[in-house]
Amino acid sequence: MMEKKVAIIGGGVAGLEAASSLAAFGIEVTLIEKEDQLGGHVGQWDRLFPSRRPAKEITGYLTEKLSEKVSILTSTEVKKIERSGNAWNILLNNSRIIVADALLLATGFDLFEARKKEEYGYGIYDNVITSADLEKKFALEGKIRNAQGKVPERVGFVHCVGSRDEKVGNLYCSRVCCVTAVKQAVEVSEMITGCEVFCFYMDLRMFGLDFEALYKEAQEKWGVHFIRGRLSEAFENQDGSVLVKVEDTLAGRPLKMKVDLLVLMSGMVISSGTKELVDLLGLETDENRFLQPADRQLKANETGIPGLFLAGTCTSPKSIDETIADARAACIRIMAYLNQSAVSSQ
Amino acid sequence: MNIEGKKIIWKEYQKEIAEDDYFYVRSCVRQSFFPGSETTFLRILRETLGKNITEHPFHTTCTGIGYHSDIVPYETTMTVIARQFALMTESGYHNYVPSCITSFGMYLEVLETWHHFPEVEKKVRELLKKATGKEFEKPDNLVHASDIIYKFRKEIAEKSKFRLINRFTGEPLRIVEHIGCHYAKMFPSKGIGGAEYPHVLVGLIEEWGGEVIDYPERRHCCGFGFRQYIVKANRGYSIACSQKKFESMKPYRPEAILTNCPGCPFFFDRWQYAISEMENVTYGEDGQGIPVLTYEELAGMVLGNDPWDLGLQTHQVPVEPLLDKIGIPYDPEKKYLGKNGEYIGKPAIAANLKFCH
Repeated sequence: MMEKKVAIIGGGVAGLEAASSLAAFGIEVTLIEKEDQLGGHVGQWDRLFPSRRPAKEITGYLTEKLSEKVSILTSTEVKKIERSGNAWNILLNNSRIIVADALLLATGFDLFEARKKEEYGYGIYDNVITSADLEKKFALEGKIRNAQGKVPERVGFVHCVGSRDEKVGNLYCSRVCCVTAVKQAVEVSEMITGCEVFCFYMDLRMFGLDFEALYKEAQEKWGVHFIRGRLSEAFENQDGSVLVKVEDTLAGRPLKMKVDLLVLMSGMVISSGTKELVDLLGLETDENRFLQPADRQLKANETGIPGLFLAGTCTSPKSIDETIADARAACIRIMAYLNQSAVSSQ
Repeated sequence: MNIEGKKIIWKEYQKEIAEDDYFYVRSCVRQSFFPGSETTFLRILRETLGKNITEHPFHTTCTGIGYHSDIVPYETTMTVIARQFALMTESGYHNYVPSCITSFGMYLEVLETWHHFPEVEKKVRELLKKATGKEFEKPDNLVHASDIIYKFRKEIAEKSKFRLINRFTGEPLRIVEHIGCHYAKMFPSKGIGGAEYPHVLVGLIEEWGGEVIDYPERRHCCGFGFRQYIVKANRGYSIACSQKKFESMKPYRPEAILTNCPGCPFFFDRWQYAISEMENVTYGEDGQGIPVLTYEELAGMVLGNDPWDLGLQTHQVPVEPLLDKIGIPYDPEKKYLGKNGEYIGKPAIAANLKFCH
């Protein structure tokens, strides 16, 4: 057993957790990450819902757990994958070949390209940004200014951008955007005294243990306005502010208002890296274009291919705690597979 | 505003436009609203661009207004449209070019219906055959007439005599464009530039020297919504729509409005007069209105056509201030003379909107 090797593609939360868990079982792990840093999207985030703990705590913890049994290859891309007997041969862009007994795909997600919702004007109107852009402002600038350098007096958050939207072909809920919007709305309210904050939502999916409490805090402590209605259009005013049109479906009337900053809560979509692996490995995808496990309830980390496993958001949108649990579950299936193959090879 | 973001979208929404040999179908209403436009289109295609374009005397309405007003059933509409295609087929043409935006949307909708429901197409073919004995082929290429002017905008620019420049200041003329709702809002992939940031008129303005103004209510309906103006009691909605747009564009000081739909120029033009009478409010410079143009009129202007041959004397908002800025010559004495030289009558002077006689 001790000589078994596992390759993991993707160095985000799922890949990091799986790497350290497998290493703890004595497995030699090669962790392949195409970016120059580990941590994935969480590494780019400032603070996390619902506790608002710094994202660095998560990535720092997961990275520190990596033992010497984990070989980390950053800025490395997979060019070809071949199955040879029970082994996986993985050709990298530096011509190196990694041989492994099992392969785990933890290739994560991409943020929905907000400019595809053309009516919101992302990439065209200066003060339309995404939730990821706002996190960068939090992390790098520590203050909120709009494109004209003005302290926003009104900020709007648009939920479900690229999620639950037939028009863009994404029928699923991305799970984390609602609570992220509430978290960011609270943070904006904290940072800018007197700023009016509006959340335009379809319905609020506060499924986590402390999510509802954060939602309540947003309303009661910070006075965030929650307006049930999907934004129809956004426009740029002469002063750079954004004119939004939305139907307030609770009041039963159309609403037109001006905000200084409009934040689009981009959902999750299959990552470009995952798409490449779909072609390389001939993998199946579901109707939402995420990787299709062998069985979503019973074999959520397995594929129809022996020795090939899945973890994290490459199979569906997940929160961080769900992703960590999923990575650990994948490790159990990998260990069972390696044990079984060790027995059969004897 | 980041124009580069728009350029990405413009690149994504391009479409095939046939090079030559067009079957042209006129609008039901445009010859009454702006009588020089369709003739100008044919003249530009034939004489300026050397293209082959034909019409058919038996062409009828597409039923679009009746269909959208719920008084013509869709089966009837499809059969009427099948008959129009039969006229094209009988004429030996394959490239169908409607003048009307509503018709363009109707043809797209019918073709899309037949694409998804072939059994409906089969039924319509049977109905047409039974009613008229005709058979038809679907067009190889279906585009709106403004798409063709867009395609040849550079050729028109090369042959133009005037640029969209204010000759007194040397500055590009500030122009807002308004796209008919049925051009791309139903089928974004069928419009040049898509539905949200259409490029079809922007391309003309920029190629011919003008500056395009984007304003907050650019996407809003002009007020020609069928249920707004056909039902008399609803006409307040119609003028309210137009007024909303005028109020939104006014701070940008537009010098002209360019359109590609039958109804939009008509309502923009006439409602400016109505608003001036009702509220003593005007939206152009010094009590003037904002001149409203069709894309054919604008093309004819830059090509140096006589403004009265373009039908500009039929506009409610006078176009002379714009002609003066560009430097296009005109004879005021001939403004109200018909093509046969006879006096066609002069409208009464508006109380509040500056007029040019």
